[in-house]
This record gives sequence, C-alpha cells and structure tokens, in this order.
Amino acid sequence: MTRQYKTSTAKRMWRTASNHIATGLAILSTILVITPLIVIFIYLLYKGASSLNLAFFTQTPRPVGETGGGMANAILGSGLLLAVGSALGVPIGIAAGIFLAEFGRGGKLANLVRFTADVLNGVPSIVMGISVYSLIVLPQKHFSALAGGVALGIMMIPTITRTTEEMLLMVPHAIREAALGLGVPNWRSVLSITLRTASPGVITGCMLAFARVAGETAPLLFTAFGNQFWSVNLNQPIAALPLQIYVYALSPYDEWHRLAWAGALVLIILIVVSVSLVRYVTTRGVLKGAS
Amino acid sequence: MGVGLQVTNLNAWYGTNHALLDINLPIPANGATALIGPSGCGKSTFVRCLNRMHETNPIARVTGSVRMGDIDIYADVSPVEVRRRVGMVFQRANPFPTMSIYDNVASGLRLNGFSNRRILDEIVERSLKNAALWEEVKGDLKKKSGASLSGGQQQRLCIARALAVDPEVLLMDEPASALDPVSTAKIEDLIFELKSQYTIVIVTHNMQQAARVAERTGFFLNGKLVEFDATHKIFTNPGDKRTEDYITGRFG
Repeated sequence: MTRQYKTSTAKRMWRTASNHIATGLAILSTILVITPLIVIFIYLLYKGASSLNLAFFTQTPRPVGETGGGMANAILGSGLLLAVGSALGVPIGIAAGIFLAEFGRGGKLANLVRFTADVLNGVPSIVMGISVYSLIVLPQKHFSALAGGVALGIMMIPTITRTTEEMLLMVPHAIREAALGLGVPNWRSVLSITLRTASPGVITGCMLAFARVAGETAPLLFTAFGNQFWSVNLNQPIAALPLQIYVYALSPYDEWHRLAWAGALVLIILIVVSVSLVRYVTTRGVLKGAS
Repeated sequence: MGVGLQVTNLNAWYGTNHALLDINLPIPANGATALIGPSGCGKSTFVRCLNRMHETNPIARVTGSVRMGDIDIYADVSPVEVRRRVGMVFQRANPFPTMSIYDNVASGLRLNGFSNRRILDEIVERSLKNAALWEEVKGDLKKKSGASLSGGQQQRLCIARALAVDPEVLLMDEPASALDPVSTAKIEDLIFELKSQYTIVIVTHNMQQAARVAERTGFFLNGKLVEFDATHKIFTNPGDKRTEDYITGRFG
C-alpha cells in the first residue's frame, strides 16, 4: 500500500533547499542592517580617534589659528538640552500613549491625537526649529537652551506616544481583568499593572526617541544657537555637539575638521553609552522567569 | 466569613445579544455553588455580573439586582468596592508577569494603598497556605516571577492573590479547565477547604467536579437558568428534562 502523504525525493530536496535559502536571506538582511553602523563607526574611529585627548573633554573651543581646545561645553550643552527635552517629551509622550491605548480607544479625540502624532513624526526637524523659534525665541528676543530643549522634547513626543500605545495594547486583557477583579481602581491598574507590564517596550520607545534627537542639528540652529563659551544657564544660548560638529565641519580649517570628526565619534559613543546604561538599570530588577 | 447573594431578575446584554434572561437565584453563604451548562449558555456572563466585571466591556449592559447581605451591588456601592468584596479567579491563570510571587499575592492590598510590611508578610504567608502553595514556593517568594510557576501553581497563586484581599465571596470561572488531573484535584481540595469560610461560586464544564465540590448546582441553557437545586438532586433526579439530557450526555 502506498502512502498518499509520502512525498517524492525531489520535493523533499526542494523543501530543504528553500529552508536554507530563507535562512540565508534572513542572515544576509541582518548583515545589511548592521553593516552601515559598523562602517560608520570604524570610519569615525579612523578619522576622529587621533584628535581625542583629555583636552577635548575638559576645554572649550579655541579661537581660529590656535591649536588644541575641546568641546567640553558642547558635551555639557548636549546633555542639558537632552535632559530638558526628555523631561518634557517623556512624560507627555507616555501620558498621550496611555490615553490612546486605555481611555480614548476608538474615540474621535484619540483618532485625532493619533493622526497628529503621525504627522508630527513626519515634520522635518528644521520646521520644528523654526516653529519653536517663533514660539519661544521671538517673544523672548534671545536664543536659549530652554528653546532648544523644547524643540527636542516636541520631536520626542510622537515616537514615544506611538510606541507606548502599541506596547500597552500588547498587554493581555487577562492581566487588566486580574487587576480590576482585585478591586483596584482603573487608573491605578493602568499605571501599576498595564504600564509596568509594558515598561520594557515603553523604555525602548523612549530610548529610540532620545537617540534620534540626540543627533539633531536643525532644530537647534534657531533655538539653542550654539555658544563658544561655558554656559549652564537655560536662559542663554548653549553649545551642543551636533551644532559644534556642523559649524566645524563647514569651516575651512583642517584643525576644526579633525575636531568635528572627534565630536561625531564622541556623540555616537555617548548615545550608545546612555542607551546601554538605561537598559542595564531598567532590566536589573527583572525576576527569574518574568516574561 | 462569607455572605450570601440574592440575584433577582438579572438580565445582561452584549450589544444586542441578550446573554442572560431573568435569572433568579439565591446563593447561600459559606458553601459552594456550581454552575453547569454547555458553552455559550451564559454561565461566565452570570458570574461576571456578580462582581460587576461584566460592565468593563464597553458594549455590555445589565438590569436587575444582586443583593449581597443588605446591599445592592448595582445601586449602593461602586464597582471597585464590589470587587474588593467579591473576588474572582479566572479560567486562565493570570499572574502579573512582572511581579514576584510575593508581590503577586500582596498586589491587591498594595495597589489599594496598604503598605505595612509585617502585616503584608503575614497575609501573604496565610494566603499562600490557604491556597496550598506555601510549601512549594516559600523558598523563592521574592526571587521568582509569578509567571515562572507551572500552570497549576499559577492558578493557585491567583487563588492566593484573590484570598489576600479577604473577600466574602469567591467567584471561580472554570478554574481548573486548563489544568492536568493532579492540579485539578488540588484545586478541588482547596475549594472544599475554603468553602467553610467563603461563599464560592464555581463555573465548570466538568460535571464530576460540580458533584464533588458543590452543595448546590444550577444548570444554564441559552441564557436561562433551567434548574437550581441541591447537587445530588440535579445529578440523580433532575426536575427538568433538559437538565437530564445534558447530564446524561444526550446533548451539549
């Protein structure tokens, strides 16, 4: 008796081959995704590492013609701008995401918010800079770190909102019911159970937004403006790494070009370090077997 | 101590689907009441009406009254208050995955603002003992996630979590349907232990289970309560032809 489901040798060989082809394609795509990052990083190391020294991290820029000097003020400025941006963007972004996923589901307002967030995500960053320029810089009549931070913060909101929404919607309904069934008020259940269960994904969203705006130059051109000197005053123009790189890279001086490369290298390293640090801190408390 | 429930003219809808029709049912205190019936007959909807979980579905609607002691849970108190007094165990074990075993059990109290460590420790231990889980988990209460336990242990963890807030009524919606026979037997033993202190309502597809744990049994069919009587009467001498057909396996 022949078995109907037994396949021919040719078919089986094709099945094995197609399996290998699919696996090969997946590996190839992975390599294609990682390659640019590695190439950029190696190129930055090659161009910038030689200009890195202690002075780069401790000194402010020297005037044209003098050698040496560093970007200490720009590193600090970027940190301050990102702190202001995150302080604004993370809470608003997460709160809007919670609204979309938990309270406004399917409502008109939620659809409007979702649509606005998607459009905001597509607004060119230079437009964001101009908008904040007319909203904050013009009325104040001077550039400021605060305006730069606000521009970065607004740019963070849509990414954080949409990832928060997606991550909250992935939390199983059974988990929400478990909390409500214990007599926990809805708001408490949303904050302490749903958001907490979704927190790894929400944090990833925040980090994505953070890493994206950390390298932005355009929104800072008309807001933070840049500064050759030390400043920690939020009400004054402030230096930022991307701005400094932009100015130095466009200059006609070789010394400044080298510093621009070093600045780019430092910017990337700082982003990688801060993202890894947040990941490490937030996953440290995860329990054995937690999903 | 448990408290009895008196259900009067309860109707429930999902959108336009009339899921429960004029249910009248007394649920005695400190005992186990089983609800049986084919899938989709309204058993789960019915128990979800007893702690107002039904209304968490935006398209759901309820009329009628459920009295718990002297209060009408639909008129006199908020749903949050009702759910503190009427605990629930779901069909699929649903421990909070980010929380340790300890935190899972303490969650109901903590999320309502209770934070006295010493008393929490006591309540967690007592609840886990009552749920027959203490011996298995006492070594890694704070080390392991609730989600790392086996299916049967997770369900007992959920029972412990429900017991920790000290409810008067405990609703169990097919608590053993996803479990193996050994875990099922443990849950049944547990129900047997607990019913002296709590009023238990258990939905089950397993008629032997109903016969083993419950003093009274109700048979639901197409959103109606066909028959409600002492368990031995339902299973040996049912008053309604449809009940007899169902328990003898002629349909459903």
